[in-house]
Amino acid sequence: MASDTLTTAQRSDAEISGLDALEIAGRDKETSRAAQLWAATWPKIAALALAVGIWQVVAWTGWKEPWVLPPPGPVLADLGEYVLSAALWDGLATTGRRAALGFAAALVIGLALGLAVARVRVLRAALGSMITALQTMPSIAWFPLAILLFGLTEQAIFFVVVLGAAPSIANGVIYGVDYVPPLLLRAGRNLGARRLNLYRYVIAPAALPAIVAGLKQGWAFAWRSLMAGELLVVIATRTSIGAQLTYARDFSDAERLIAIMIVILVVGLVVDAAFGAADRAIRRRWGVLDPAGQ
Amino acid sequence: MTSTTTTPRSATAPVALHGVTKVYGHGANAVLALDGVSLDVAPGEFVCLVGASGCGKSTLLNLVAGLDRPSGGRIDLPDGVNPGLMFQEPALFPWQTVEGNVEVPLKLRGLPRAARRERVAELLRTVHLADFGRKRPHELSGGMRQRVALARTLALDTPVLLMDEPFGALDAMTRDILHDELERIWTERKLTVLFVTHNVREAARLADRIILLSSRPGRIIYSTRVDVPRPRRIDSPEVSAIAAEVTDRLRTEVGRHGQ
Repeated sequence: MASDTLTTAQRSDAEISGLDALEIAGRDKETSRAAQLWAATWPKIAALALAVGIWQVVAWTGWKEPWVLPPPGPVLADLGEYVLSAALWDGLATTGRRAALGFAAALVIGLALGLAVARVRVLRAALGSMITALQTMPSIAWFPLAILLFGLTEQAIFFVVVLGAAPSIANGVIYGVDYVPPLLLRAGRNLGARRLNLYRYVIAPAALPAIVAGLKQGWAFAWRSLMAGELLVVIATRTSIGAQLTYARDFSDAERLIAIMIVILVVGLVVDAAFGAADRAIRRRWGVLDPAGQ
Repeated sequence: MTSTTTTPRSATAPVALHGVTKVYGHGANAVLALDGVSLDVAPGEFVCLVGASGCGKSTLLNLVAGLDRPSGGRIDLPDGVNPGLMFQEPALFPWQTVEGNVEVPLKLRGLPRAARRERVAELLRTVHLADFGRKRPHELSGGMRQRVALARTLALDTPVLLMDEPFGALDAMTRDILHDELERIWTERKLTVLFVTHNVREAARLADRIILLSSRPGRIIYSTRVDVPRPRRIDSPEVSAIAAEVTDRLRTEVGRHGQ
């Protein structure tokens, strides 16, 4: 009898591991890292080459004078010079500091506001649609008021950057908390997570993808607001990237102007790519990333 | 039995429902989901609740689990017992590994890290997933996920297990094996199980006692002991005979709603 149950147990162990092996077989197909990178990169390089090509062709047609629309060659040469100059790095330091401060403040306000609205019914009724309305407001429209309130100062820029980014972040939080699967909440409560622990162990991690999406969108708004602000609110002692763009136009330095635009584009892209990478990492961990879709 | 297994507390008192009633909504729209359900589940007993749609099976488990309050009647649990609840979906946390999922209730109970690690390893061995601790839920099959969910529920160290059609979404082969597993774990840990299913054969395979609920409102209309010796097979003649009898009763009940 004892040996009988033992063999039954062993047989059942073998059955279980056999079934497991059959069911998860073929789930771990992986293409090499280099191949993935190349597949993601070459279309971008091709598109870039195409854009530069069109620019060159337009310049060759003589549609505009070369001191108004210079061809790619001299612009790229000027960009190389600019990258090696202190002006760029000083400008990036100033602009980067403003972006970081503004975004950090928007993050704190957005998280707090989002949580409050998601939790408190009265606040949702009062502020929910207002947050969305704020999001649709072009941030440059805030500048006249900001300049009236704060003058041509750092505070004016900060004010608009925060107003631009915070609603998106708050909306991300509200959306994330709203769409936590009720089943996970029930499971969490049954496992002993109540109140703050429910937030820590279930709601916050479940809402994370939506929050990261909100941060990504918030960054896009913050960066646009900041560039608009630096063009309008030029503080002579601080040569931010935006201020340098204004100077380049004032001096009709088209090559420098376009070089600065490329820098702005690249900074925006790099930060956006960082948020995108975070987003994808989360979705991959969760198993909700469709490998064919990327 | 084995010295590595920390023996969970076994229940000393029954899970007792006294005239439990649940009404959803108010006034003219009120729906009576459960109507005076009285039931005693003895310590160590395996009870299956069977019923067609709308019999309030899941409602009943939610009430016993304390996730919802009864409109009338009383539910008595053994002192200090928080029942563990399993669902048809594994309801695993996708942001955690298998180990992380099983660890959550241990963290919430305040176990120190070393003790947690030991318990997680022991629980994963219990459900035959010792090699899969670092995987994420989406990398596992449906049956494996449900076993992780079982391990996570067992981590509550509760003597009372509530199961809401936990194998309903699995294929027959996987379900058979999980029946064996559940039976083994139930015996080893001397658990009290209240198991909801619409699968009459599954109930006959697993239960000490089958209880049939009527639909809209849910009332107990039939109850039978299953005195087939264990371990059982779902395709044995004894189990089939019991299943056939319960199925007849269930069909009569469903037919009542057709008129």
